[in-house]
Amino acid sequence: MTITRKQFLVFAAASLAGAAGAKVVSGAEIVREIAAPKGNKRWAMTVDFQKCRWDEGCNQCSAACKSAHNLPDFPDKTHEIKWIWKEKYQVVFRQQSEVVNPALTSHPLALLCNHCSTPACTKVCPTDATWKREDGVVMMDWHRCIGCRYCMAACPYGARSFNFVDPRPYVATINPDFPTRTRGVVEKCSFCNERLDKGKTPACVESCVEKALTFGDLNDATSEIRRILASRYAIQRQPELGTGPAVYYLI
Amino acid sequence: MRERILIFCGVAIFLVLFTYPLWHAAAVSTRATPLRLQLPVEARECVAPIPYMSRGHMEILISWRENAVRHGVRMVRATNGKVYDASLTHTCLGCHSRQEFCDKCHSYSGVSAPTCWQCHNESKLIAGRTP
Repeated sequence: MTITRKQFLVFAAASLAGAAGAKVVSGAEIVREIAAPKGNKRWAMTVDFQKCRWDEGCNQCSAACKSAHNLPDFPDKTHEIKWIWKEKYQVVFRQQSEVVNPALTSHPLALLCNHCSTPACTKVCPTDATWKREDGVVMMDWHRCIGCRYCMAACPYGARSFNFVDPRPYVATINPDFPTRTRGVVEKCSFCNERLDKGKTPACVESCVEKALTFGDLNDATSEIRRILASRYAIQRQPELGTGPAVYYLI
Repeated sequence: MRERILIFCGVAIFLVLFTYPLWHAAAVSTRATPLRLQLPVEARECVAPIPYMSRGHMEILISWRENAVRHGVRMVRATNGKVYDASLTHTCLGCHSRQEFCDKCHSYSGVSAPTCWQCHNESKLIAGRTP
């Protein structure tokens, strides 16, 4: 019996499709995932100027972040890895610093990744190593990051840091619950997505003794963050860029 | 025809040298050392049947990684019905020793070591370490 070229190609394609289908089924059979419904959330944070005591030496939030995520302490400050850090008001809100209370302009405030609604960083990533989750968290996959640093150039807030050297020897005490990073990857604040997935709030919010940080769901009209944003005057960093920051500063 | 003796001598020398590992091993009666892996003491079952694990553990690790990082799914239900944390550090190394299990078998099988440990922690061994 002879088969035509067309029959051969159809048979080959069907075999390949069958093999691929069989692989998917066997993988799904072995370990079934338990879906964690993220729902229709939009996580956001407020930073309250009047409550934050970073100017008086309080650094509970950055210390909690540092120990939760194994952030290194590099002797060379140009290698610094920043997830939540402080900067003076007049530097961050340059355009809005001329007419406000002079006491405010020298007040340091907490800066972190804004988890923008239309992030610039995710659009430029060539390997899909950073993307926006359904719940608003701008997420990173360090397995995929090739260290091209396009995202660092794209981010208008300087929220991303690059590991120029292996950070592990510079981590004071390693938290076994979280991986360290390796040389050549970019990292940033993750909104503690690993804690959100387990129903907790971010480490910085939990550690703030002054309750200056509030975290919540913008899509929930009854949430505390919505109540705060409805009652207080809040500003975002460079809203004119159209990135839609999810971190609000309460003046 | 004069060269025939030379050719046979050459072939004989080649065969002796080529089969050296075989007859030398037979002569001194050495045998391949069997792989002895340090198995978990307390745990009696893995997240999947052992034959699958020895062949396809990398597929499970990749599916855990993709689900945890990309979909936020950090708990998995295994074939034995139990629910596990999809964590290399806690679930896998909660029972197994990296050096005595992972590294030993990879080295024995000549599989190049994956780069997991540049970032992932060896839970008990590394916890609380100060430089």
